[in-house]
Amino acid sequence: MSVVTNTTTIGAIEAPSRRNTELALLAFAVVIPVFAYLNVGLAIDGKVPAGMLGYGLGLALLAGVAHLVVRKWAPYADPLLLPLATLLNGMGLVLIWRLDQSPRLIAAAKRSYGSFSPDAPSQMMYSAIGIAMFVGVLLLLKDHRVLQRYTYISMAVSLILLLLPLVPGLGADVFGAKIWIRVGGFSIQPGEFAKLVLAVFFSGYLMVKRDALALASRRFMGLYLPRGRDLGPILTIWAVSLLILVFENDLGTSLLFFGMFVIMLYVATERTSWIVMGLLMAVAGAAIVGSTASHVKSRVAAWLDPFGCLETATDQNMLNACDQMTQVLMSFGSGGILGTGLGQGNSDLIQFAANSDFIFATVGEELGLAGVMVFLLLYGLIVERGIRTSLAARDPFGKLLAMGLSGAFALQIFVVAGGVMGLIPLTGMTMPFLAYGGSSVIANWALIGILIRISDTARRPAPAPAPSPDAEMTQVVRP
Amino acid sequence: MNKPLRRVAIFCGLLVLALLLRDNWLQFVRADELNAHPKNRRVQIERYANERGNIIVDGKPITGSVDSKDTFYKFKRTYTDGPMWAPVTGYASQAYDANQIEKIEDGILTGNDDRLFFDRTLAMFTGEKKKGGDVVTTLNGAAQKAAFEGLGSKTGAVVAIEPKTGKILAMASTPSYDPSSFAGYSAKDEKAWVALEKDKNKPKLNRAIREIYPPGSVFKVVTAAAALENGKVSDINAATDTPEGWKIPLSQKEMVNHARGCANASLNRALEISCNSVFAKLGDDVGRDKMVEMAEKFGFNAEQFTPVRSSASVYDKKADRGGNALSSIGQFNTATTPLQMAMVTAAIANDGKLMKPYMIDELRAPNVDLLKKTEPEEMSRPVSEKNAQLLQQMMENVVTNGTGGNADLKMDGVKVGGKTGTAQHGDKNAKRPYAWFISYAKTAEGSPVAVAVVVEDSAGTDREDISGGGLAAPIAKAVMKAVLKTRG
Repeated sequence: MSVVTNTTTIGAIEAPSRRNTELALLAFAVVIPVFAYLNVGLAIDGKVPAGMLGYGLGLALLAGVAHLVVRKWAPYADPLLLPLATLLNGMGLVLIWRLDQSPRLIAAAKRSYGSFSPDAPSQMMYSAIGIAMFVGVLLLLKDHRVLQRYTYISMAVSLILLLLPLVPGLGADVFGAKIWIRVGGFSIQPGEFAKLVLAVFFSGYLMVKRDALALASRRFMGLYLPRGRDLGPILTIWAVSLLILVFENDLGTSLLFFGMFVIMLYVATERTSWIVMGLLMAVAGAAIVGSTASHVKSRVAAWLDPFGCLETATDQNMLNACDQMTQVLMSFGSGGILGTGLGQGNSDLIQFAANSDFIFATVGEELGLAGVMVFLLLYGLIVERGIRTSLAARDPFGKLLAMGLSGAFALQIFVVAGGVMGLIPLTGMTMPFLAYGGSSVIANWALIGILIRISDTARRPAPAPAPSPDAEMTQVVRP
Repeated sequence: MNKPLRRVAIFCGLLVLALLLRDNWLQFVRADELNAHPKNRRVQIERYANERGNIIVDGKPITGSVDSKDTFYKFKRTYTDGPMWAPVTGYASQAYDANQIEKIEDGILTGNDDRLFFDRTLAMFTGEKKKGGDVVTTLNGAAQKAAFEGLGSKTGAVVAIEPKTGKILAMASTPSYDPSSFAGYSAKDEKAWVALEKDKNKPKLNRAIREIYPPGSVFKVVTAAAALENGKVSDINAATDTPEGWKIPLSQKEMVNHARGCANASLNRALEISCNSVFAKLGDDVGRDKMVEMAEKFGFNAEQFTPVRSSASVYDKKADRGGNALSSIGQFNTATTPLQMAMVTAAIANDGKLMKPYMIDELRAPNVDLLKKTEPEEMSRPVSEKNAQLLQQMMENVVTNGTGGNADLKMDGVKVGGKTGTAQHGDKNAKRPYAWFISYAKTAEGSPVAVAVVVEDSAGTDREDISGGGLAAPIAKAVMKAVLKTRG
């Protein structure tokens, strides 16, 4: 048998496992953040940071474990996903650690809470848990198709997760957005996990219903309109996303879920009419909520004219939103093309949430246009590898799941980065892997785990077809 | 399902592309605008992030920096003898930006100037802390002290210039303020700032260069120069054809003389006793356009950059004959900064050559390397050497025999020339007149100093020249003395 050197994920036959490529890339993914760490230390204290060895070893250990697990349990997986996630996570740790050093943020924390505790160590712990989650997914989920069995359980779980923050006593209203729950000493953002579970439900549901949704429809004004009873679940999702928006003040999550659903619906049914309907419903929802919810209103005001609305803001909430937006924009502005250099910017002027929702502004200021573009392309690559995995997947469930997860990932990047850069109104979501937050890191490592599992199945060589005894007999008849 | 998948892939690509475009828009196209935005505190943070360089007089810094233990602005500006030097240094405040030298030479003082790039790079490798460069001024500490103390509690301003070079030796303005009082951004600083803003004596106003006063009689030297240059007078001791009670053109009024014996007085005598009629008529004889030309050669009608900007002094270019006659004795629309009058005096003392006034001598890198030295620069030649000497002769006569006696230094080998002035102003001259005095000292080697003094709140005497001579001349004398002493 000849070895086919096919580098794409699609090549199903005899695709090389590419585990060594992954290892080489991982080396970069560890070394780059370690140098960034050194850079911050030198810039802030003028000396090699004390924790550098520990940080480097820790990151290398986590990456090494993840790699070994992939090598053993998902040998044909896509080689890029793990290094990309590791690099982003590593850089995120450096950025959070950098903001921990800010005397301004320390002073602000001491003023508001009486004490200051650095976030980088907890983020390191969350990253470790995240990688444990990743390993757990690969170990427990031998075949992603098993998830099909849990279609309706997933639906129930995702609804519970989404609505948990509304439960009195459990939900916590943190600065306007009710997207947190408090369990013991920990705050969890259930929405991050709901993203995964919901993708599983959509995939399972659409796989079963796709023919009904695609074919049983009437043609009306050039569009295929679905039947009323098929419209039910769609309207439900739309309503739930509106509920989240209204009661939890979470623009990002509702947009993310609805967008993910529309994309998956379109992929499953191949009907453009779904996109048109999705867009119409999104516009209608946005119009309703935009004109009623004050939280959304202030975000929109801050988006339209951030500097102007500092003067025209009608309440404190709006003023805060506008002030934050101007600080973020000025961060990006002063970064310029090459940035001020790690540790040498003033992105800590953003104060609150500088290392979570607005961490991308620190990238913008300290690494500049060049750095931001690199990060955007890194995220783009993850999405691209996810969609390739989806293309290569042989089963519709895997296709839909991979598509849903990468689509949601892409939307999340767009919503967060676009919000921070003032392209769209700001939402309270986190930049995957980069931002401080346990739920986010853990859920996104799980997401990468699932994608790796699907890509492993997709790229695994098909069993060689049994030699057909008739093969010799077939003759080409030439005219 | 692959066809829609590919489309979604393209859609995701477009999302990333939109982000990339937006980022380019933000960080490339709008970067400068956002960076310079008044709400952006980064400029201020950067300004005080390192120990700021100093402004230096006589080899000693008159400014300083203290660690303010603040998380936003690490260092705070301090000033030695703040009120005395404020018209020179300006201020650098964490809350209220900066002005004058502190603002103009901000790049050198913070160390961010491109000329300091090499030093910064070097410091990066040697591990030294970034530090700003120094601004060395041309000022003379003793002269400044004499000027400031001479003004005392009075409202006014003094400018002294070295005529040979144009170096500014003193620049005082009272009432003054202490820039240290609002160098920070605490509530205390805000209070000090607001109090200064509200003070109706305007202590923050730099009267030496930013206020224009009617010059009154001191302007007569300009008119005299115009008369000499345009050949209206060739012998300063010859009688002029001026009737006592010279009628102002286009008006029914007669020019009032406070002095006696102005009828047909010679130019020399007219300057000595300050005859309005003689100079008004001379200005009329010379004509508006030639008067404007002469005034502009001395620097009128233009802002001066020392490099701190001064207001433009005014000689009305569109006055009618009557207006021109009044303008010629420093009334009507004529208005001048003390700096301008010091320039006039310096040009005469320097035998007709006007040097561009400047107050920054050198810019130095943190390692004391010279970055830039200001070379004296000729600005114009308003009068010929011969006429300049005639003017000197007349101004010296004013001090020896006339109204400027209070400025006489009585030092061997030092000749002093001067001119007094009392400028009436306000509606029907109701306000208390301004007392002016311009003078220069001259030795065998040329003139080391020319001074212009204005005191706003002269006690309301109606004798034209007594206040100028009584109030302003002693200050000018003290300044000249200080300069001559420090020259040894």
